[in-house]
Amino acid sequence: MSVMGRNLIKGATGDWEIVVGMEVHAQVTSNSKLFSGASTEFGGEPNSHVSLIDAAMPGMLPVINEECIRQAVRTGLGLNARINLRSVFDRKNYFYPDLPQGYQISQYKSPIVGEGEVIVELAGGETATVGIERLHLEQDAGKSLHDQSPTMSFVDLNRSGVALMEIVSRPDIRSSEQAKAYVSKLRSILRYLGTCDGDMEKGSLRADVNVSVRKPGGPLGTRCEIKNMNSINFIGQAIEYEARRQIEIIEDGGTIGQETRLFDPNKGETRSMRSKEEAHDYRYFPDPDLLPLEFSEAFVAGLKADLPELPDQKKARFVAAFGLSAYDAGVLVAERESAEFYEAVLTALANKERDGKLAANWVINELFGRLNKEGRDIPASPVSAAQLAAIVDLIGEGTISGKIAKDLFEIVWQEGGDPRALVEERGMKQVTDLGAIEKVVDDIIAANPDKVAQAREKPQLIGWFVGQVMKSSGGKANPQAVNDLLKSKLGI
Amino acid sequence: MTDLTSLTIAEARSGLAKKTFTALELTDAHLKAMEDARVLNAYVLETPDHARAMAREADTKIAKGEGGPLAGIPLGIKDLFATRDVRTTACSKILGNFLPPYESTVTSQLWRDGAVMLGKLNNDEFAMGSSNETSCFGSVVNPWRREGSATALVPGGSSGGSASAVAASLCMGATATDTGGSIRQPAAFTATVGIKPTYGRCSRWGIVAFASSLDQAGPIARTVRDTAILMRSMAGHDPKDTTSVDRAVPDYEAVVGKSVKGMKIGIPREYRLDGMSAEIEKLWSEGASWLKAAGAELVEVSLPHTKYALPAYYIVAPAEASSNLARYDGVRYGLRVPGRSIGEMYENTRAEGFGPEVRRRIMIGTYVLSAGYYDAYYLRAQKVRTLIKKDFEDCFARGVHAILTPATPSAAFGIGEKGGVDPVEMYLNDIFTVTVNMAGLPGIAVPAGKDSQGLPLGLQLIGRPFDEETLFSLGEVVEQAAGRFTPSRWW
Repeated sequence: MSVMGRNLIKGATGDWEIVVGMEVHAQVTSNSKLFSGASTEFGGEPNSHVSLIDAAMPGMLPVINEECIRQAVRTGLGLNARINLRSVFDRKNYFYPDLPQGYQISQYKSPIVGEGEVIVELAGGETATVGIERLHLEQDAGKSLHDQSPTMSFVDLNRSGVALMEIVSRPDIRSSEQAKAYVSKLRSILRYLGTCDGDMEKGSLRADVNVSVRKPGGPLGTRCEIKNMNSINFIGQAIEYEARRQIEIIEDGGTIGQETRLFDPNKGETRSMRSKEEAHDYRYFPDPDLLPLEFSEAFVAGLKADLPELPDQKKARFVAAFGLSAYDAGVLVAERESAEFYEAVLTALANKERDGKLAANWVINELFGRLNKEGRDIPASPVSAAQLAAIVDLIGEGTISGKIAKDLFEIVWQEGGDPRALVEERGMKQVTDLGAIEKVVDDIIAANPDKVAQAREKPQLIGWFVGQVMKSSGGKANPQAVNDLLKSKLGI
Repeated sequence: MTDLTSLTIAEARSGLAKKTFTALELTDAHLKAMEDARVLNAYVLETPDHARAMAREADTKIAKGEGGPLAGIPLGIKDLFATRDVRTTACSKILGNFLPPYESTVTSQLWRDGAVMLGKLNNDEFAMGSSNETSCFGSVVNPWRREGSATALVPGGSSGGSASAVAASLCMGATATDTGGSIRQPAAFTATVGIKPTYGRCSRWGIVAFASSLDQAGPIARTVRDTAILMRSMAGHDPKDTTSVDRAVPDYEAVVGKSVKGMKIGIPREYRLDGMSAEIEKLWSEGASWLKAAGAELVEVSLPHTKYALPAYYIVAPAEASSNLARYDGVRYGLRVPGRSIGEMYENTRAEGFGPEVRRRIMIGTYVLSAGYYDAYYLRAQKVRTLIKKDFEDCFARGVHAILTPATPSAAFGIGEKGGVDPVEMYLNDIFTVTVNMAGLPGIAVPAGKDSQGLPLGLQLIGRPFDEETLFSLGEVVEQAAGRFTPSRWW
């Protein structure tokens, strides 16, 4: 298969295939923590969002936050996954200063969400399906601060107890590109759902990446887990590095030991953190403070009914309703903000059936292109969806040409204002008055007899005349009218 | 005036209502008794100022006719219950001088109803023990002595301080907790009444956890009626404890004295242990005959998995404890013994902070949850637990209202007498009580007689889930037939 062929890595002993599976930790969007009423707000003073439960005071008990349950179910539905009506919270036991209880409440044997899948867009319009093994809810830990004192470490429990969804993929990913596309798609789905803000810089989305290599079609190799990746680009780099490292070891006659590794973005390499032998025995067992989590089909159905349109559905709709190319539709839906902007433009258009596709071109090429160039994001766009829609309307109805529209876009970008009013005020309207255009055409024909003769020999030269007419009309002449007039006057 | 400390809660309640004495006088009498009885080591913290302030408030409210159901009743609180700004240690060195910034749900309900806190009561460290000898504050002494002997006896455990204080009239009633028999065994050893309610009847919020799926709070008092009075205030649904159950709390006192005619009482065959003492045999059959005389019907029942209960309990309880006690790490509160690394700090703190029995149970619990042992121990024990539960369900499904058993295999023993070499010797104390925790059922221990050396013995009644009322009715029959037992004062 071509996709596979492209992904193989050449080694000294032949081709190698990368096998990647991922555990993505996504912070649940909720006002309060998974088992306490403390705020989940980011960036408070250390230990300012800590309840008695989060600090694991004696006798404190967890109480499940129902909103976190709803968010996990919504996410499961967004991943086309099986929702488990009964799931169990377990304790994962280990000692660490930022883990106040001495255990993390997680879900081990019975997660809230079972198998699902994510369709991933690849370069060239191809897609790949990545299987989801499960999604479970768990508590985040606090943060150890090692840079506050020469002799002590401090602990900030603001994050302690914040709800995370751990989304475990099957080892279906075959390249760093696919891995990046998978995380991007997953992030996009979560953001559409509003179940995770996807902010990787703040750590709202982090991935543990399991990498192994094998001879194509051969048995799976031993995997190494690269922990805590919080950048899509680093994930790509780490996989590339790690795969080559493993191939080199195997080809040199060595074997891969199962271990946990860390990626160093400065050096672009992965380093061993701990081997399997040093791995913890987490002594998982059902948390006796919490009853099994049970809800009804109706609860799930209610959430399903309120689910927003997700990127795949939106893309299909854009293609079907407005004739967008799959590529363009894919660009628009990749981010929730871009899709929302395009939808806002559509809403504001006078005739979206006619101009939907044109609007997509303008959103992608003019607006996003410009924003990208200036390093701005959509909310900071100086041109609003309504303004862009007005520009597209003016083109669509024939009031201005595409060329004038670009000038108009520049004015709106720089100065703001109502595009329709600007066109009036600044006389940018396309001239469709045949009399006026005819005069210009006549003048140019009269002034260039030699060109006229040439054009009669070689009709393509009509382009030169069109250009002259447009120039002298300040670009406002209707190009179609100009063309028609020239043809008849020149007799070609 | 009679000694106010000898009154029952019901009597004190009526005396207060009739203004025969004030809440402050009642509290002062108890504070004095506590001072005189420090040799018993029942209290680990006396809170006289606190007590008097609460008593004065109760007097004010009683005068205005606003006194709650427990207005002015002085109680002792097991040190496992978090009490706001009052040192709470679970009788473990590891909690140091921990001052909770919160009040447990059960105690806050007692204060809501007007009760007065006299102080914090001794218990086995983290409630792990059956003799109150594992407390970091030292053993509690049982006010009961063998006839003609001055040997100090244990009051049982883990609620040894509660039982001893109630028996010696150092409070009118006490809070206690029961994970495997910690209310019922000390009650039996001190001729007091103790009830472990159904799992989920009382909130566990604010009670230092030992084994979360087994722990349950309950009262110890001197009469069945008094425990019923206290029970009503302690019980109730708490949204902060998701294992607490949302059902109305009945007026337990109303069923004390209610006829038990026609009730079917199960006598479980498997509780007749090999080598059971004749005294216990006799006590048991006597109890059965009292119930029969009151109109109940006796039926022999079988609880076939009983013999597996104790071993399974000593897997489940330590497993949960090993995890529950992980939070005592020296990082945020309580004892911290420094080390050169975080690992060493943990080791130093926990080695010094926990006593030998707690360390033993943490190690057992860690072991049974470890990879490769989980299925063989923890999972198997959970299966046993399901079978034990089913034994009881089958029995109740055949129309049995309650089950009668001895509360303990023997009377109180001497301090230092048991468990020194083989901890199992101590664990065997809970043989009749752990099944009830494993099944989550209510169980009451009622004084029923004395052994040949003059030490009290108790009977246990086990009820259907959330049917504490039947236990109070039946307990009252036993109490009426057996009479009340009070230790003669030697301290």
